[in-house]
Amino acid sequence: MTTTVAGVGVGVRDLVTRNVRQSGIFVAFIAIVALFSVLNSDFLSPGNLTNIVLQYSYVLILATGMLMVIVLGQIDLSVGSVVALTGAVAAEVVIKGHAPWYVGVLSALVVGFLVGCWQGFWVASVGIPGFIVTLAGMLLFRGLTYIVLNNISLSPFNGTYYGIANGFLNGLFGGYGIDTFTVVIFAIAVVGYAVSQWRTRRGRIAYQQVVESMPLFVAKIVVVAAVVMWFGSQLARSRGLPIVLILLAVLIIAYSIVMQKSVFGRHIYAIGGNLNAAQLSGVKVRKVTFWTFVNMGVLASVAGVVFSARTNGAQPGAGNMFELDAIAACFIGGASTTGGVGRVTGAMVGGLIMAVLANGMQLMGVGQAVQQVVKGIVLLLAVAFDIWNRRRAEATR
Amino acid sequence: MTSEILEMRGITKTFPGVKALQDVTLTVRRGEIHAICGENGAGKSTLMKVLSGVYPHGTYEGEIVYDGDEVRFGSINDSEAKGIVIIHQELALVPYLSIAENIFLGNEVRAGRGMIDWNKANHQASRLMERVGLKENPTTPIGQLGVGKQQLIEIAKALSKDVKLLILDEPTAALNDNDSEHLLGLLRQLKDQGITSIMISHKLRELTEIADTVTVIRDGRTIETFAMTDPGANENRMIRGMVGRDLEHRFPDREPQIGDEVLRVENWTVHHPTQAGRVVIDDASFTVRAGEVVGIAGLMGAGRTELAMSLFGRSYGRDISGQIYKDGAPVEIPDVSAAIEHGIAYATEDRKRFGLNLIEDIRSNITSAALDKLATRGWVDGNEELRAAEEYRSSLNIRTPSVSVPVGKLSGGNQQKVVLAKWLFTTPDVLILDEPTRGIDVGAKYEIYTIINRMVAEGKAVVVISSELPELLGTCDRIYTLAFGRITGEVPVAEATQERLMELMTIERDAKDRAS
Repeated sequence: MTTTVAGVGVGVRDLVTRNVRQSGIFVAFIAIVALFSVLNSDFLSPGNLTNIVLQYSYVLILATGMLMVIVLGQIDLSVGSVVALTGAVAAEVVIKGHAPWYVGVLSALVVGFLVGCWQGFWVASVGIPGFIVTLAGMLLFRGLTYIVLNNISLSPFNGTYYGIANGFLNGLFGGYGIDTFTVVIFAIAVVGYAVSQWRTRRGRIAYQQVVESMPLFVAKIVVVAAVVMWFGSQLARSRGLPIVLILLAVLIIAYSIVMQKSVFGRHIYAIGGNLNAAQLSGVKVRKVTFWTFVNMGVLASVAGVVFSARTNGAQPGAGNMFELDAIAACFIGGASTTGGVGRVTGAMVGGLIMAVLANGMQLMGVGQAVQQVVKGIVLLLAVAFDIWNRRRAEATR
Repeated sequence: MTSEILEMRGITKTFPGVKALQDVTLTVRRGEIHAICGENGAGKSTLMKVLSGVYPHGTYEGEIVYDGDEVRFGSINDSEAKGIVIIHQELALVPYLSIAENIFLGNEVRAGRGMIDWNKANHQASRLMERVGLKENPTTPIGQLGVGKQQLIEIAKALSKDVKLLILDEPTAALNDNDSEHLLGLLRQLKDQGITSIMISHKLRELTEIADTVTVIRDGRTIETFAMTDPGANENRMIRGMVGRDLEHRFPDREPQIGDEVLRVENWTVHHPTQAGRVVIDDASFTVRAGEVVGIAGLMGAGRTELAMSLFGRSYGRDISGQIYKDGAPVEIPDVSAAIEHGIAYATEDRKRFGLNLIEDIRSNITSAALDKLATRGWVDGNEELRAAEEYRSSLNIRTPSVSVPVGKLSGGNQQKVVLAKWLFTTPDVLILDEPTRGIDVGAKYEIYTIINRMVAEGKAVVVISSELPELLGTCDRIYTLAFGRITGEVPVAEATQERLMELMTIERDAKDRAS
């Protein structure tokens, strides 16, 4: 039996070392969750978990797009202003114009698309660094928000629009203090995960690739399934499945696949890793850059819809500093400041670390001032870890 | 005072895997102009870096005696303090700063307590410029001056440091004839003022005009040192010294099976991307046939890379004119993806900067130029990609535990194989290899040559750009020589000798005009 144990041991170590950058962040995330759950018994309560999802979903949506921009070797400072602008446009259409909710959503998305085209044009075609273009955009779109809203807040949305960020799917199958529908959805998700992992594994074996040992593979799936099901049952005990969580899950899965498996995503990594080499390999750098910024604009408008629905209205000052949260999420999640490195899942964990930190400290009654200090230090340490890690990797060359 | 200002004895400098210098001896007399010549990679620049302290004492073997004392420079500051100033081929000037600011950069004229006395600095700058024959306003930004004047500013900067021994690395490579003449005249003047110069140059004619003594270096060794007053001292003697090695069994055999013309380039003219009016490639025409290895021989700055890159989807230069024919039909190649579609591949000479994404793994580097081949509707088949990468790993013998290793961790030879794999994966008809064996060891070189042979055996056409003449003679069927942006000759390999090629490679523009 010793051989099996050794095999599993090597497998685990291999899993860890293969991606220290990512797993370091996972470990940190688990440690922070564990710390808060010990410090405060309410932290893992159904109500609070639901809250975390609702409160930080828009930062996670922004971080998805931001990750792509950062891997490209650019940055987008304007997303906070775009969140405000798209929310304001939706509010004008729905609240003042009495249009149905989907017209509001659509107009926000169109504005986000146009914003992306605008910024993509200046970065890709004119060749101005994204930092400058989006710094200008940050001012520009904030100003436009004030103009659209005429300097005053608009509220309330109510109805279906409000439900985008505050609604839940529950009670469809009934239940006894626990929403069966939510549990079923999570169960389907877990099964889907297991099946896709299994198919990936089969495919790799068919191509004679190295795979984890069977016990390790099963253990991995069991752990993931347990955590997901536990999370699902907690949500089910509270208000059910938040609509925004479905949106978030779809976006995360879709963009993870785009970044890992699409030609477009691979070109983003190629450009960020070595612009010259990418150009000399026939990558259409301008086109990819343009569409990455367009994508960021659209995702910012999605975040704008979610945020305005969550706050049930549009404020001229909405989304202030969101860009920094999104950028911080990417860097904490292991993206490289020089481009070419980073994963959507990493950025999500980075965003969750920020979310959990903020939420946990709020529960414990820690003031805003200290929260900012802690967030700042976490960002700094995460990037310091990244650099230390890279030096170590170079030393072993 | 001894008559020798500098004596470098038994200098040996080793880089991992390469002996760049081996027991090199260099003796420079006080007040002379001493020329160093040799092929690219012969070790000239390395020797100068040892001398100027770029490679500090302790990283090389041997001793340096300067002005009668043994010196051990720890950095370039130490050598400058002793009056040794090196002017690199790539000028080290800040374009946005003024002439005076550049001259005194790092050596500012102080008015006490860290403040700079600009009046004094500008005045001194003017006086230094007089010494090099320049009349410019010292507050003019350097970027507004031409390359020739910038070169003179570099010399003025050296003079401001009380230079005793001036080292110039290819000072006239980027200059036109007038500026070159002026610079050479200035060196003579400085010589009269007692300043010793060491000059590295590929322009042999220029060296015969100006040098008092010539040292020839080849393969990291001193071949000979002779005075230009020697009866037998001429360009030919330099060329013989530079190339005179035997072709050993360093090249795999090949039976050429040459087919139809694949690529023809006619009247290709390319201008410098930023310096308006400077012609980098002048009316070049050449052909490449299937199953043929065509060499392009040229010295540094001849325009080899510029020619290749401008052909490869206009990746270099502006105002490009001329016509490319592929399989006999004229084609337009406006960008890199068009070039790849037309079956042209270009493997760069600088794999780290232009060829590879060092932080990515071998697999994605290999597939990066033809990702579409693995994709259906924009989605990459990861398993097929792995299979392709594995295939090239075994067929090109890329030594790595796995294709998921970042390319940055591989040795130079294996990195070069990844570059080749990347371009082979695009299934090209014409493969342009720019310095395919630069910076890799002898064993890996042989493997690269074998790969080249395999490619032509499959009916592909290969263009090899190299400054190593033995490499061209060992691998090519036909060799074009390129000198100062012009194709100066076409030689079948059977008639080619290193001496003949070197002669053609050093034909200067006006010399050719005079001859014709």
